[in-house]
Amino acid sequence: MTATPHETTSASRTAGIPFLLKTACINALIALVLFSLMVGIRTEAGSDGQLTYWTRFGDLASLVAAVFGGSIVIELLRQWIGPTGAEKLVPPAVQRGASFVGRYLAPALLIFTLLVPVIFYNQRYILDLAILVLTYVMLGWGLNVVVGLAGLLDLGYVAFYAVGAYSYGLLATNFGWSFWICLPLAGILAAFWGVLLGFPVLRLRGDYLAIVTLAFGEIIRLVIINWQDLTGGPNGVSGIPRPSFFGIPLDNSDDGLAAKLGIEYSPTHRIVFLFYLILALALLTNWVTIRLRRLPIGRAWEALREDEVACRALGINTTTTKLTAFATGAMFGGFAGAFFATRQGFISPESFTFQESALVLAIVVLGGMGSQLGVALAALAMIGGFELFRSLETYRMLVFGMAMVLIMIWRPRGIIGHRAPTVYLTKAQAISSDLVKEGHG
Amino acid sequence: MSGQTILSVDRLTMRFGGIVAVQDLSFAAERKKITALIGPNGAGKTTVFNCITGFYKPSGGAIRLTPDDGRQIALERLNDFRIAKQAKVARTFQNIRLFPGMTALENLMVAQHNALMRASGFTILGLIGVPTYRDAEKQAIALATDWLKRINLLDRADDAAGNLAYGDQRRLEIARAMCTGPALLCLDEPAAGLNARESAALSELLLSIRDELGTSILLIEHDMSVVMEISDHIVVMDHGVKIAQGTPQHVRDDPKVIAAYLGTDEEEAAAVMESGS
Repeated sequence: MTATPHETTSASRTAGIPFLLKTACINALIALVLFSLMVGIRTEAGSDGQLTYWTRFGDLASLVAAVFGGSIVIELLRQWIGPTGAEKLVPPAVQRGASFVGRYLAPALLIFTLLVPVIFYNQRYILDLAILVLTYVMLGWGLNVVVGLAGLLDLGYVAFYAVGAYSYGLLATNFGWSFWICLPLAGILAAFWGVLLGFPVLRLRGDYLAIVTLAFGEIIRLVIINWQDLTGGPNGVSGIPRPSFFGIPLDNSDDGLAAKLGIEYSPTHRIVFLFYLILALALLTNWVTIRLRRLPIGRAWEALREDEVACRALGINTTTTKLTAFATGAMFGGFAGAFFATRQGFISPESFTFQESALVLAIVVLGGMGSQLGVALAALAMIGGFELFRSLETYRMLVFGMAMVLIMIWRPRGIIGHRAPTVYLTKAQAISSDLVKEGHG
Repeated sequence: MSGQTILSVDRLTMRFGGIVAVQDLSFAAERKKITALIGPNGAGKTTVFNCITGFYKPSGGAIRLTPDDGRQIALERLNDFRIAKQAKVARTFQNIRLFPGMTALENLMVAQHNALMRASGFTILGLIGVPTYRDAEKQAIALATDWLKRINLLDRADDAAGNLAYGDQRRLEIARAMCTGPALLCLDEPAAGLNARESAALSELLLSIRDELGTSILLIEHDMSVVMEISDHIVVMDHGVKIAQGTPQHVRDDPKVIAAYLGTDEEEAAAVMESGS
């Protein structure tokens, strides 16, 4: 009985021409159905508005033939190489190198990030992009607490980002409060809304939780649009004050930072300051998350992701545990929102659409749920990569989507899928991703 | 008598819609003793367990827990996690419910959640790293290490629980329940799927929990060799009602038990019961 899997693999390996042709025919048929309307018939509105169409059967035939030939080649390659897998495809030397790089990747990245404003001081575009990437790193790390650690699928994370941004925007423009007072307030308010969202959704799991959080994200956005008196509706909030260097403004005036330090004023100062501000906020998020993971609350989050019933049998209050996860994640989202508001100087509901939630969630999933380094790499790849493909123009989304599909095929549990234990007796060894649960919501 | 009894179940009834899973069941579990709940499949044993451990709310009846300090706790009024937290009733599951993606040590640390939460000042003190929390964590690790030694898994402490062998997972689940510091340990078929040698080791472990730590144990079990060897008291259920109770010897000889528990074929029944002796 134990030999059966082996036999089946060797059987498919030696599968002959009939098998090859059958696979190729099926693939070609699928291609024919898919492309017959998309490529085979070209429709256009004529000069008088009538529908004109013409057929392109030649193109269709060549596409189908390409799929037919391609699937034979792929199948042959698969039989020749054998079962694919990272271990098999990547030579051991490269794997050793990768593990060496992996060990020093995080500190190297951190040092590089610290030096970015020095290296790229004169390249405003790169500095702006770096700030954007770091904002998403921070959002990813915040959502990672909810999705990666506690296993609660949250599709409305942008709501807390919006709460944070509007908290700062409104408090600063209406009462003139400074950024440093508003920052903790924005976090607290977002956490409060996180708890408020948490209460009704505690009983829900999986898909249902995702739908309700999705709705929550939309509700917050719609409230912002329609509560014109307070939020300015679709016009947004403008004239949000820029952050000061602990009370000293970063501008061209006589009591600005540049004048006080006796150096020549440059608008880049403020960009560099913003860069270090978001870096500090992101690192704070990271530090708090890493510490929380090693505290009983963090272990309870992960245990909740693994098995909620067992948690209850061990006397863990699953209600408060879930709420703290929501609140913690929301708080970091609120901080990021306040930063976003002060950086942009203008916020409107358009910045807080579902697409943002989806992007942050994609970063967390792509990075490997629960992995801090993975999320940072994914944010860099997603935001940075998106900019990188800018030259491809119309094909940008296509290339980007394909890259994501490929990554998910090669690394279905994200860039860094394994889990590091929070406590160990003799040796901390990474836990393989196929043992770690994703959570049921 | 009340000083002797740790758990008394009085006229417990559990209905699911029109189906009566447990009807007017009354029994008592004695302090520092092992009480076994046996019966054929579908007799309602696990339902009783779920009522005691708060996973179901009983339709009727009372469940009283009397811990060593003499308090009386009405378990049917507590729900969910509070039974484990306040009444100190720990349980294991028929189909093992470990945290497979966490190490064996982490599993035992999660079990000490409530004590560690208090020590960490509900996270705030722990976050800034006060020494009292560090001491509490060291103690928790020491307790976990002690249990890993007891269940013979010390060298697998840093392995993922999901990677352990089946028998090891069973023992780890018991150790995890014990790390909560329970007054009453409820085990749902702890010997299911174990081979003879592992069953013997399990019996030894359970006896040591009773004798060395003085923890009362309530268990559901199908493996008669385990039940007959370690139980001080046996309650037999069939179709939701109690049909017999007493010492292993008494229950084994009860014709009603033989007939109900093992079907009508008395010869076969006698043979199975013999195998358990």
